[in-house]
Amino acid sequence: MTCPMTDKIFKKREFGGFLRALKKTYEVLVPFKEQGFYRFKPIADGEGADLRFTNTRLSPKSFVLPQSERMFEFTVDEKIEDAHILKEATRAYPPTAIVGIRPCDAKAMRLVDVNFNNPEFRDPWWVTRLNSITLVGLGCTEPCSTCFCTSVNCGPFHEEGLDVLLFDLEEYLLARPLTEKGKGLLQSGGVERDADEGSRNKAHKLRREAEQRISSHVPTDKLGQKNVNDLFDAPFWDDVAFACINCGTCTFLCPTCWCFDIQDEVIRAEGDRIRNWDSCMFPLFTLHASGHNPRAEKLQRVRQRFMHKLKYYVDKYKNGVACVGCGRCVRYCPVNIDIREVFRLMNEL
Amino acid sequence: MNRYVDEIRAVARKILEEKAVDLIIGFKKGSIPMMTEPVLIRDAAETGQLYWDSFCFMNLATYLPKREGKIGIIAKGCDSRNIAVHIVENQVKREQLYIIGVPCEGMVDRRKLCSLVGDKEVREIAESDGDITVRGEGLEHTLKKADYLQDNCIRCMHRNPVLYDAIAGDLVEERKDPDPYDDVREIEAMAWDERWEFFSTLIKDCTRCYACRNACPLCYCPTCFVDESGPQWVGKSIDPTDTMIFHILRAYHCAGRCTDCGACEQACPVDIKVRFFTRRLNRDVFDLYGCEAGLSIEERPPLDTYRPDDYDEFIR
Repeated sequence: MTCPMTDKIFKKREFGGFLRALKKTYEVLVPFKEQGFYRFKPIADGEGADLRFTNTRLSPKSFVLPQSERMFEFTVDEKIEDAHILKEATRAYPPTAIVGIRPCDAKAMRLVDVNFNNPEFRDPWWVTRLNSITLVGLGCTEPCSTCFCTSVNCGPFHEEGLDVLLFDLEEYLLARPLTEKGKGLLQSGGVERDADEGSRNKAHKLRREAEQRISSHVPTDKLGQKNVNDLFDAPFWDDVAFACINCGTCTFLCPTCWCFDIQDEVIRAEGDRIRNWDSCMFPLFTLHASGHNPRAEKLQRVRQRFMHKLKYYVDKYKNGVACVGCGRCVRYCPVNIDIREVFRLMNEL
Repeated sequence: MNRYVDEIRAVARKILEEKAVDLIIGFKKGSIPMMTEPVLIRDAAETGQLYWDSFCFMNLATYLPKREGKIGIIAKGCDSRNIAVHIVENQVKREQLYIIGVPCEGMVDRRKLCSLVGDKEVREIAESDGDITVRGEGLEHTLKKADYLQDNCIRCMHRNPVLYDAIAGDLVEERKDPDPYDDVREIEAMAWDERWEFFSTLIKDCTRCYACRNACPLCYCPTCFVDESGPQWVGKSIDPTDTMIFHILRAYHCAGRCTDCGACEQACPVDIKVRFFTRRLNRDVFDLYGCEAGLSIEERPPLDTYRPDDYDEFIR
């Protein structure tokens, strides 16, 4: 039998001590500002974390799905008996805590999980790594004007995918364990004090206020009923795609883009089979060995990205859109292609 | 900056109505502050969308190669030089183009503004007479635009379009004073190993998204060398050697052609100052051949031509 989850509380100035305590059990990743933007990094000795960030520039998906990952190794030296035989590359899965992850990025991992971990396919590395990670979310009290999480089944204090959710109550941090894993982490961090009702009310208010502060909204209600071919042949794709330069910024920053490519790299006789992030924005993504490319044109590639997120995923998994409204693509697309507008165009077609 | 908007719209409307062009490539106002979106307009009634401010940092010449028909295009100094490069390199014909030149006082680097306001979000921008006002929740700063220009604009010597059919606004005075290659000299002052360290650190965060390449008007190859798959020339992982090969080769492909428009740097999602790769090459081309890219549609690019009076003996 498991005990009910009880909200815990600790002083914010004890946060450094909390992280140091976690380090005994976990590899601890926290947000740091370095060379101009925030990123998750292993916590260094004697250092705390900087929780003033809005969000990290890149989503933390790379900790579960690394941009480049050695899957197998092999030798092509035929004097050796097992030449050309793939052997799984050794790798470690130390217990890891990502502390300060935003709720949208944690929810994104659940959305991606349906692709890598389903009755049909089970990606062992994704699954093992995700299991080894404990996600300690930090609710967003100051969401950006480009955040639209509340429109896509998410929110600034959304709990799905998280093991613990932290509420910043200024002097205190309220820690809400959401899973057994999360409860264990709080114990490891020495967080034992139960939150009083006043603090829980404050946390509730904080969440409500943050949700109201989300100023950007997108419609999604009709996407599921739309005819896929109508959307595919919609007249607006020309306009949406014109500015696109087909770079991978949107896909690489996106917490729910999961596509990869597999490559063999051989140096002398030793080879690695590597999987790398790939992007549907790149022509090479769909180039066939025959030379034919079913998505040779920019329009086709741009359409694919939005159709995948806002229609194919919706239809296939009945799990909502493959977007958590983090707004990264809106903020960093160099030519200002705004997914919020594409939501409107597709939903209102 | 906005004094240009009315004139851009008026010229665009006129040339579309008169069917002097089939379409206009320009900018429209962005959906977020400090952003603009390249836009293609075919209908004179839509020309009201055209917009201009200090955040038109993309180079519209990027949208020209192999485009057919008569094209109206908005061009600041560097865009016009890249249009000239395209004409010389047979990517578009001069007769196809109606260039609406926009004299440029420099584009504002949105990242410099963002770093000024720390981790607050910029929610509104207003420009007037060389000032720029940045507003957000609990913040308001009025700043001199000149202090927040893109690095390339600080050193720009060709703010006026070099090639145009109509001009929006008045020509601006070209600056004589900038020291165009002070940044290059700083790197040259480093020891070899320091330089290697500098460039390795520079690209440490590169995600191989190729935004720098794709934002660049020069990169119009049907298949880029990093995308060749049979045979494959460069590894696709984020191995530092492969990433460095991409950046160095990309820069070399731009030698003698780069106008230092800065679109590469502005497009980078992880703030890499990729111009450091092209800057030295630009200076070498200037020092060795007295050439700056895109100033004329009559001259061949310095690296694909030969002159009997070349100063190097081996080639004479």
